[in-house]
Amino acid sequence: MAAFRVIGKSLRKIDAVAKVTGVTKFADDLMFPRMLYCKLLRSTEPHAKIVRVDTSTAERLDGVIAVLTGKDLPIPFGILPVSQDEHALCLDKVRFIGDPVAAVAATSEETATAALDLIKVDYEPLRAIASAEDALAHPEPRIHDYGDSGNLHKLIDLEFGDVEEGFAEADLVREDLFFFEGNTHLPMEQHAAAAVWSPDGKVTLWSSTQTPHYVHRALAKVLELPPARIRVIATPNGGGFGGKSDPFSHEIVVAKLAMITGRPVKITLTREEVFYCHRGRHPTLMWVKTGVKKDGAITGMHFRSLLDGGGYGSYGVASTYYTGALQTVTYQVPRYKFQGARAFTNKPPCGPKRGHGTPQPRFGLEVHIDKIAEQLKLDPAELRLRTLVPPNSLTANYLRVGSMGLGACIEKVVEGSGWKRKFRKLPEGRGVGLACSSYISGAGLPIYWNNMPHSGVQLRCDRGGGVTVFCGSTEIGQGSDSVLAYVVAEVLGVDPFEIAVVTADTDLTPVDLGSYSSRVTLMTGNAAIQAAERAREILAVHASKKLEVPGDRLVFASGRVFDAQDPERGMAFAEAVQLAEAAEGTIGTVGSYTPPRSAGKYRGAGVGPSPAYSYSACVAEVDVDPATGIVRVPTIWIAHDVGRCINAAAVIGQVEGSIYMGLGEALMEEMAYRGDLKVVHKIPSLLEYKSPTTLEMCDVVTYLIEDPDPNGPFGAKEVGQGPLLPVMPAVANAVYDAVGVRVDEVPITPEKVLKALRRKEKGEPPRYGPTTFPDIPWPEPTRVPPPWEGGDGKARATEPRLGVSPG
Amino acid sequence: MVTITLTVNGERAEVAFAPHKTLLEVLREDLDLTGTKHGCELGECGTCTVLLDGTPVLSCLVLGLACEGRHVKTVEGMAHAGRLHPLQETFADLGAAQCGYCTPAFLLAAEALLATNPKPTRDEIKDALAGNLCRCTGYIKIYEAVELAAERMRGATLGRV
Repeated sequence: MAAFRVIGKSLRKIDAVAKVTGVTKFADDLMFPRMLYCKLLRSTEPHAKIVRVDTSTAERLDGVIAVLTGKDLPIPFGILPVSQDEHALCLDKVRFIGDPVAAVAATSEETATAALDLIKVDYEPLRAIASAEDALAHPEPRIHDYGDSGNLHKLIDLEFGDVEEGFAEADLVREDLFFFEGNTHLPMEQHAAAAVWSPDGKVTLWSSTQTPHYVHRALAKVLELPPARIRVIATPNGGGFGGKSDPFSHEIVVAKLAMITGRPVKITLTREEVFYCHRGRHPTLMWVKTGVKKDGAITGMHFRSLLDGGGYGSYGVASTYYTGALQTVTYQVPRYKFQGARAFTNKPPCGPKRGHGTPQPRFGLEVHIDKIAEQLKLDPAELRLRTLVPPNSLTANYLRVGSMGLGACIEKVVEGSGWKRKFRKLPEGRGVGLACSSYISGAGLPIYWNNMPHSGVQLRCDRGGGVTVFCGSTEIGQGSDSVLAYVVAEVLGVDPFEIAVVTADTDLTPVDLGSYSSRVTLMTGNAAIQAAERAREILAVHASKKLEVPGDRLVFASGRVFDAQDPERGMAFAEAVQLAEAAEGTIGTVGSYTPPRSAGKYRGAGVGPSPAYSYSACVAEVDVDPATGIVRVPTIWIAHDVGRCINAAAVIGQVEGSIYMGLGEALMEEMAYRGDLKVVHKIPSLLEYKSPTTLEMCDVVTYLIEDPDPNGPFGAKEVGQGPLLPVMPAVANAVYDAVGVRVDEVPITPEKVLKALRRKEKGEPPRYGPTTFPDIPWPEPTRVPPPWEGGDGKARATEPRLGVSPG
Repeated sequence: MVTITLTVNGERAEVAFAPHKTLLEVLREDLDLTGTKHGCELGECGTCTVLLDGTPVLSCLVLGLACEGRHVKTVEGMAHAGRLHPLQETFADLGAAQCGYCTPAFLLAAEALLATNPKPTRDEIKDALAGNLCRCTGYIKIYEAVELAAERMRGATLGRV
């Protein structure tokens, strides 16, 4: 392996100095002359028809320049082509408290706010649907006029082999129920957007969005403008975590207001409004049944999930599939059945939060396996090591696993945490728990069907030796701009801090689908490598001629191009560019990346495939106070298989940040609702929504496993989301080890621990968690024979409809 | 409108603003110092922390009017003559800033800590920063950056003696 000069080093991020000097311009930092301020009037009803909106008084208020209602923006939009169910401002009904109904542009924020009070909305209330169970029980009134049934947005039934046969073969069959409460991203930056209209018919939108390309598409659709007349610039996001991945009402509204008024218009959401935007973790009820042999080998697994989707579709169809997709990529599951349902409810819409749909089932699965290990009298680490999915294999649901470092991860945390001397051996009140996980390095399929690349890069070499990289990727703090610079610097042998990076501007940069699904390092990294290698080839031709050295002997390093066998014989990188430019004209190249085709061909096979899967193993140590039920986590040991570090410090930063967010989900974070109907957010504020401060954050011991994946840039896989996943189950398993009670529900609050301890004292089952899974009208299953049963990835034709391929 | 005179990052500034405005708003909107951020404007997150006469305050809870004659320091005042403050250096080097949105507040809270306690323990750092939320880093790189800066600043002080 050639020694890397840039890759793997703990370099500064290229935007680090701008961040520490306060120079970085976030969306709300933008100010324009004659700028108007926008405010949104939000619904006070959870579910109601809009009878009338009277804006006349508001329009007369001094300083109000424009007022919009639903009829001004009647075209629906939504992130997924199958869920175009949102309006920038509600058209005929509202679906949650906080749904935007009207918008005001005024000369000051105070005036805009005052104008909102003057808008009169007459509602005709409808029965509100408060939970997924409520939605099942009440198909009417329907929240949306589409969806699989009543208030059920999506129903999925997938079968990969005969699980009943698997259960019959098993030595032990175990069923468990789990509940994962919803929680939200809570980025420190509130969403903000500003728009400028030019009288030549062009609109520019700056927004704190993770997905400028999708915002661009939504704007074109709703504003009915050609995309070429719309420019979307994603400002650096002050945290995203998935919460800024949808096109949002406020982005469309300010663009429209700018068009109408001819003046710049800006909106910055209040913290309360950020809670209404939500798109966070779906509250999810789960049932899992697994058959195992005495040695721990799984013979079959049946998993059911019921998701509370909130008021709109958002990414929900994908989220629902994700609650059933990745169970198969860690431990071998020869037969697998998944049934998933997503309900519409009258609460802020759920969507993708870090781990998108997979933390909930991963929590259930890893606690379930802990219980199985106990019943089989096996060490839970040992059980997992025995059943690992082999590298370079195909799972029952046709996910192609490449490199697979989970075994090494487990061994690292077992050794590092002192697992063998602690597990079931610590004094009462202290315990350790282990859990594992896996996550995608980018979704294998785009959100809207197309055959184009997922990421594109343009690269320009300047005759002064500078290099500029253009890419649509979006910096949300994860370091995506830096990854572009490091990768290009490695290939061209230049200083990464002398590379200019231009990103996330639909006028200037080739499309990248956005900062979601942990896709950026792998996809933009590969696109950047391709562009840089093409540039290196061009430069090498001309440097080779001048130096009289064969091109394949040239080394690009330290800002020079030289002979590997005689390093003195060389030239400056800038000189190589000048030679090439003189001979060929301006030097520019492009690169792009398209993921490999997925192996599954059945309906639903689009969710789960990825070019590479990361793996994590985690041990949590806890102290549980039996008097108060308070759980403290002093230390978490985590090993993460990242394939290859592009920047070791940045990778560890992502791991630590994931552990932090997982710890919050494990112990305290929840989107809680109050009121008779439980549809009113329980004080949407940073104070009431509990998140870990420095005083709750645990120590983290991180081990990085580097087993390069052939699909990753220099072998790199994802790190931004995967390490969050094992934290919640590891903490739950540790609580059991500490005090012998199972809290099968996240967050593990003191109240729940105490209730479980009381039950234990009374001799009742020492558990807190759900006790039933409701009856759901599951559709006819899609039956896909797994690869080892001769399957080809396609669904078997269903018997009643012979000859019709549902694939 | 009211007009006050105060010292911002070592320079006298005279600024006119609507009397209800908070220091946060005056800094961002009337003095164009957008390095100071906001996360809630309710005093819950610490993101708008600045130093008022050397003490960390939540600028969203301080009225601009209350700052007549006082000294305000924002992140824009940390670097001198194009050279970063040691805390800025270590935050950049160790990856203590991810999205960077809460970073100005952490830098100023840390600067105030080191001004009174040049050799803080890890627990003292946690206490000093407990009022500032960060959603990206898990705080660990921030502690490490504060510790490294403290060490370098102590070294620099000793060097001068």
